[in-house]
Amino acid sequence: MTELQRTSLYDAHVAAGAKIVPFAGWEMPVEYEGVRAEHLAVRSTCGLFDVSHMGQIDVTGPGSREFLQSILTNDITRIGPGQAQYTLLPDDDGGVIDDLLAYALLDRILLVVNASNIAPCVERVTSLAPAGVTVVNRSPEVAMLALQGPTWAKALTPIASPEPFSLPYMEATEATVAGVPCLVARTGYTGEPGVEIMCPAEAAPAIWDALMAVPDAPVPAGLAARDTLRLEMGYPLYGNELGRDRSPISAGLKWACDLKHGGFPGAERMQREAEDGTPDRLVGIVLTEKGIPRGGCAVMADGQQVGTVTSGTLSPSLGVGAALAYVSPDHAHVGAKLSIDVRGKQKSAEVTSLPMVDTSPRKEHHS
Amino acid sequence: MSDETYPGDLRYHPEHDWARVDGDVATFGVTWFAQDALGEVVYYDPPAVGDTVTAGSSYGELESVKAVSDIIAPASGEVVEVNGAVSDTPELVNGDPYGEGWLIKVRVSDPAELDALMDEPAYRAYLAGLNG
Repeated sequence: MTELQRTSLYDAHVAAGAKIVPFAGWEMPVEYEGVRAEHLAVRSTCGLFDVSHMGQIDVTGPGSREFLQSILTNDITRIGPGQAQYTLLPDDDGGVIDDLLAYALLDRILLVVNASNIAPCVERVTSLAPAGVTVVNRSPEVAMLALQGPTWAKALTPIASPEPFSLPYMEATEATVAGVPCLVARTGYTGEPGVEIMCPAEAAPAIWDALMAVPDAPVPAGLAARDTLRLEMGYPLYGNELGRDRSPISAGLKWACDLKHGGFPGAERMQREAEDGTPDRLVGIVLTEKGIPRGGCAVMADGQQVGTVTSGTLSPSLGVGAALAYVSPDHAHVGAKLSIDVRGKQKSAEVTSLPMVDTSPRKEHHS
Repeated sequence: MSDETYPGDLRYHPEHDWARVDGDVATFGVTWFAQDALGEVVYYDPPAVGDTVTAGSSYGELESVKAVSDIIAPASGEVVEVNGAVSDTPELVNGDPYGEGWLIKVRVSDPAELDALMDEPAYRAYLAGLNG
């Protein structure tokens, strides 16, 4: 077993009373005061997450954009300087190596990838890169904080310049936060408006402390709340909803696959699946009685298994058991009556629309 | 959340369950250590009154947002009462694990099983061993 890594904010987490757990090779805060309070704070005010475990890969050199266009699923030519795009890195069979955000910056294209997939992403991109394109893994030196929730701008105002409030959703800008030069992006994984702040690792504690000291300070929020927030939105999590064993199409990510132009690995399979359908599809499910579905639980209809839960929890916003699951197309429509086998007990459930909560990360700042 | 305590009048099972003995009826619950490890409890799936529980076996489940934990019976017997308040307000287990957060009451079938459980100093020593 390799030594677990700590982010530069480890001491701040311990000081804030975090419960620390191993996650993707890191010692990360899973919760502070409690996942429900943190979750609800992000939905109603704002929360601050340490996501420094995530990976940052710089792609530079002439032809970088054309190269990435040939290996990523989304149409990267659609984003201009400062814009970010959700995309996928497929393997040769159209399975998913990772889902990621690509940022078109002035001097480079920045790929922000999942912590558990830094090595496979670096290896894949490097192995395919043509002469002149340079791939650099900057993950060890970059920290990342996610300030998420409707009052994010109030928290950031006193310590940021220029004020990044007019930044549109899915755009990034350079800014100074607590005296630290940062890349501030209107992105996130919670469904709430907010920003993600990338900075030199050693400077992250200064930003964390400054945010915690403003009058409208965010609540420190851990990985557990990050997971319940994304689940309510229906955002897939790599390793649960995404993996090498399926293409993005059954996960409902056709919108992030540029099938019109194609040309990337697995495009033909994805095109075929988009036309013919897939054996199962990702849906959101809520229990209509008490109970909590968990990953691996069978989804049942008329006594037959019709799918499998990939992520399950108690939704803090709805107060009911909630899941993401792959189910057969016959049962994938909103309102479909199902049951979930929770350790031998059949819990009645139904397919729900996604997101499960009424929110949007696109909301602009008004105050 | 509550402060870490282990009352002296309880008997403790290594799976972090406690028993409070009152005549031939024992009240069961989980220890401060167990609720702290689990995190905020959000669901309690209790047995039914009249069910038989067996020492060392699971009689129900406590769930946090992230995890499920079997609740282990420290002694065998018949369930005579279930704490419905915990079903409605599961976080009572976090706030008051030895009081309002009790889980079931059992008519004990073999009192010798209770004698075999740890007392408070032994359980504290056991916990210290787990950490070391």
